[in-house]
Amino acid sequence: MSDLALRAEGVSLGYDGRRVIDGLDLVIPPGRITAIVGPNACGKSTLLRGLARLHPLEAGRVTLGEDDVSRMPRRELARRVGMLPQSSIAPDGVRVAELVGRGRYPHQGWFGRHSSDDDAVVLAALESTGTADLADRQVQELSGGQRQRVWIAMVLAQQTDIVLLDEPTTFLDVRHQLDLLDLLTELNRTRGTTVAMVLHELNLASRYADNLVVMSAGQIVAEGAPDVVLTQDVVLRAFGLEAQVVRDPVSGSPLVVPVGRFHGA
Amino acid sequence: MTSTVDAPTAVGRLRVARRRRLVLVLATFLVLGVALATLALTLGAASLPPGRALLALLGAGDAKDVFIVHRLRLPRVEAALLVGAAFGLAGALFQSTLRNPLASPDILGIASGASLGAVWALLGLGLTGLTVSGFAFLGASAVAVAIWFLAWRRGLHSVRFVLVGVGLAYLCSSVLAWLLARADVREAQSALLWTVGSVSDVRGEELGLLAGGVAILALGVALVSRTQGPLALGDDNARALGVHVDAARVGSLLLAVALVALATSFAGPIAFVALVAPAIARRLVDDGGAALLPSAATGAVLVLVSDLAGQHALFGVGAPVGIVTGLVGAPYLLWLLATNDKRSAA
Repeated sequence: MSDLALRAEGVSLGYDGRRVIDGLDLVIPPGRITAIVGPNACGKSTLLRGLARLHPLEAGRVTLGEDDVSRMPRRELARRVGMLPQSSIAPDGVRVAELVGRGRYPHQGWFGRHSSDDDAVVLAALESTGTADLADRQVQELSGGQRQRVWIAMVLAQQTDIVLLDEPTTFLDVRHQLDLLDLLTELNRTRGTTVAMVLHELNLASRYADNLVVMSAGQIVAEGAPDVVLTQDVVLRAFGLEAQVVRDPVSGSPLVVPVGRFHGA
Repeated sequence: MTSTVDAPTAVGRLRVARRRRLVLVLATFLVLGVALATLALTLGAASLPPGRALLALLGAGDAKDVFIVHRLRLPRVEAALLVGAAFGLAGALFQSTLRNPLASPDILGIASGASLGAVWALLGLGLTGLTVSGFAFLGASAVAVAIWFLAWRRGLHSVRFVLVGVGLAYLCSSVLAWLLARADVREAQSALLWTVGSVSDVRGEELGLLAGGVAILALGVALVSRTQGPLALGDDNARALGVHVDAARVGSLLLAVALVALATSFAGPIAFVALVAPAIARRLVDDGGAALLPSAATGAVLVLVSDLAGQHALFGVGAPVGIVTGLVGAPYLLWLLATNDKRSAA
């Protein structure tokens, strides 16, 4: 595990000259699970992409410990920060072990070929995501839940201390959403991997995150432990949503129960 | 978490099995290529038995045999293999870099650009010889540059790249048809070869240039080949894995364009090879990769066998190789489209 924090300092991001995020500061604490939530188009995915250097910064900088991420060689960054973009599509005919093996790319030299060390890392990644028995299957044949696990295995094969995920639970049913978040929690607890992800489902974010970042219109509305952060007032300000916040009877974390127009007071 | 896979060698076993398959495919093509090349040396107006042909190939035996093999037949075989390998490799690069199995120089208009350049040099400027090849190269490069400028919007988007290419292909064909229509019949006849593709007239100095060019470009491809795996996962994934996406894509496409421009400048636009060879190779290797080397081998054998068929098996008269590949390639393309649809619908 690493004790280096990924940090955004005065970061501005945008598309075609339109600013989505303007001068934002954020710390992704090491060894913790951070969830970023917010309404559609609030800039949460853009922020994550900016942190992973998938989207160019218009201003500010992103640092990892003492190092400026945008000055780091891409390969070195890829050995330290892994990122699973939203809805990745596997190429035709690629098999699970081969796809996961591509996570070894930043560790291999110019003419680098897979070594038996790489094989061992790939197998470990497959096993920790419960996909080892799928190794020789084609990725396209798999179910949505299996496929998402395979992509996470690829990021794990990258062996980074920090893993960023952009809406990893999209298109999964409730059970597979829980499975996936349990898997990420297990990685965090057993290896100390820093996890930061954009999540759509507020209540799952509240249950699984150590550190919750609530965004709205390119700004951070609140951040900190879900217990403290997730209040009626914050939900109203970020989502414009009337809601009651109660205790999740299972985890004890805050549970947001929206009101709507036709039910309740 | 438990798994049914026991030893840490399980992943290695799969990898070795895939590599064995790759080696088997390449070895098969090598044997096929050697057999076909031998056949090509024996067949012709003066047919030589394989023994005498091989003897002549080594420079021994009858002087007339040596002349037939070295001056007439061997250059054609070498040209077919080189041009085929260049088209196959270029097609594989286009398809994996643009993530589109239909991306190929035929469809992108780069081959039409080469035809147009050559025909314009012949009919418009009255040039002959190696300069015509030079104009074919310029034509292919000009189309590629045009696609580039029209398709580039802060990064290269593959769909726009392909659509712009299709548009330019039509433009080139129209101008080509106009050039041929206004030329007199005998001139048009000789120019027509540049719209079909043929390996019958590549020899001597031209062959040396072709071989040297293909070798240099293949070396370049070897340098970018490692980025093809991550690139195939999409721009974001490739960046997250540490690839300089724009540089890798631009480099791959430049090499592909150069290969096509080089091959078409000597042999004309041999239809469908760049489109079909990678599709066949990927199916044979079946590892979900770009199959660069197998595509080159497939292309080489495909052009050689098509040229043989065009010379000896079809029509009774010698048909240019481009006609044969077109006849075989078009039905294959239709079949590919039909089966692809089925797969995506399932």
